[in-house]
Amino acid sequence: MAIEPVIFYFFAVVLVATSVAVITVPNSVHAVLFLVLAFFTSAGLWLLLEAEFLAITLVLVYVGAVMVLFLFVVMMLDINFEPTREGFIKNLPIGIIVALIMVVEIILVVWPNFGLENYAAPAQQIAGYSNTKELGLVLYTVYLYAFELAAAILLLAIVAAIMLTLRRRPNSKYQDISEQVLAKKKDRLRIVKMESSPKAAPTSVQESEGGVEQ
Amino acid sequence: MLQVLLDIWNWLPELIQILLKIVVIVVPIMLSVAYLTLAERKVIGYIQVRIGPNRVGPRGLLQPIADGLKLALKEIIIPTNANRFLFVIAPLLVLAPALAAWAVIPFDEGMVLADIDAGLLYILAMTSLGVYGVIIAGWASNSKYAFLGALRSSAQVVSYEIAMGFALVVVLMAAGSLNLQEIVLSQQGSVIHWFMWPLFPMFVVYFISGVAETNRAPFDVAEGESEIVAGFHVEYAGMAFALFFLAEYANMILIAALTAIMFMGGWLSPFEGVPVLDGLTSWVPGIFWLLAKMGVFLFLFLWFRATFPRYRYDQIMRLGWKVFIPVTIVWIVVTGFMVLGEVGPWFDRT
Repeated sequence: MAIEPVIFYFFAVVLVATSVAVITVPNSVHAVLFLVLAFFTSAGLWLLLEAEFLAITLVLVYVGAVMVLFLFVVMMLDINFEPTREGFIKNLPIGIIVALIMVVEIILVVWPNFGLENYAAPAQQIAGYSNTKELGLVLYTVYLYAFELAAAILLLAIVAAIMLTLRRRPNSKYQDISEQVLAKKKDRLRIVKMESSPKAAPTSVQESEGGVEQ
Repeated sequence: MLQVLLDIWNWLPELIQILLKIVVIVVPIMLSVAYLTLAERKVIGYIQVRIGPNRVGPRGLLQPIADGLKLALKEIIIPTNANRFLFVIAPLLVLAPALAAWAVIPFDEGMVLADIDAGLLYILAMTSLGVYGVIIAGWASNSKYAFLGALRSSAQVVSYEIAMGFALVVVLMAAGSLNLQEIVLSQQGSVIHWFMWPLFPMFVVYFISGVAETNRAPFDVAEGESEIVAGFHVEYAGMAFALFFLAEYANMILIAALTAIMFMGGWLSPFEGVPVLDGLTSWVPGIFWLLAKMGVFLFLFLWFRATFPRYRYDQIMRLGWKVFIPVTIVWIVVTGFMVLGEVGPWFDRT
């Protein structure tokens, strides 16, 4: 028995189940964790398609970086879950209508080309084929402008997000790091030479301790 | 005899073969983790002019076994209102990626579990997953200290991952491959050919980021005993705590192995290209050199812990964002020019 279909159906079932869980579980931290699992299983599906670069990048970028920040933010929000449930029944008809429209749209787009017979099976790649290299060659030659444009837009988004949230407070105190780094031992430390033991024989323990403190 | 063993090996199904290979990799890692904890206590002991553990077994050599036994017998306490499932699964989520990354580590030429083309990316992806266990542990514990530790840890790991990723990009440019075996083979020739010389700033940045990524001193704000007790694992006891401990040390060994592979020629002999010594040491298996190089880096980990005071949180962020990331970006450009100009003896191969 071929192992690929088994793996595919395993990942597919987990992917669908976790995707449903993302929008149904009440706890938002759980929802984020289900989303992480959904990303992970879709990476597994891509790996089955021999798209190892995309699969690993999905894990690296979305699971390893984006979702960590997401989780970070969601964990810090102290959400009371009761109010989020209010109005569920009231808004249900609108929700169902929107969902139905979406389903109809998806069917209209997908149906004409649905089915395995409409697509040729992808050719098996030869052993030395490097997915990463091919992708790099295409990205940096054929799609160079689109690629650079996407990079510039992302940079713009970063700068914009920082500018929107940056508030200059006049009274805040900063540390001057270069001044801290430049501090030398002699600026901070004063070495005082003193006798390790009093010359005269101490008469009592209290007296000798007092002598050291002076 | 050997032929019989080989026949038995070939007769086994592929799945069993892979499982056996995994066992052969994981068991020594676990043993080295156990003895790394002893080495740490001994080394720090000697640095601080103490003797270190010397009661259990000859010269204290059975100390890790005793520690493990103690942790195994301790009760695991699940705090009130903690999220049970996440609380229990968090230590596993820390340990699993730390072990999974070993799948692509080449121990010698051809001695690797999975010789995949995107090995470097896979390593980066796996090491970035470990932070989930820490965050989930901090959140599921339902404790302020644990939560603060988790927040600190996630901020720190995400920051240093960027510098780490850029350092790996530079290695990728220098080697022209993401496959770890090919990275090692492109450093062939002599000690001078190792990537640690042309990529010296990246070598330093990568190793320090590795120390930060494993939450080791002086970057251990996530634990911060003096401020937040023990950080994300404050509520853990017994085996659950032991798993965090195992993961931390397994990650240290992993970072040491990766630094050795990417910057110090992995399993290549340091005497390569030296007239007499090369011939004299040619019988030494490559895995010995890899282990020796890893040992040097592991000692550095322990040395750091005994030497440096803990960084303040803002200092950590400054080092990561304002020092390491600019340095790596500059060095990407420098390396680009070095590769373009075919600067020898590293980049002048056809």
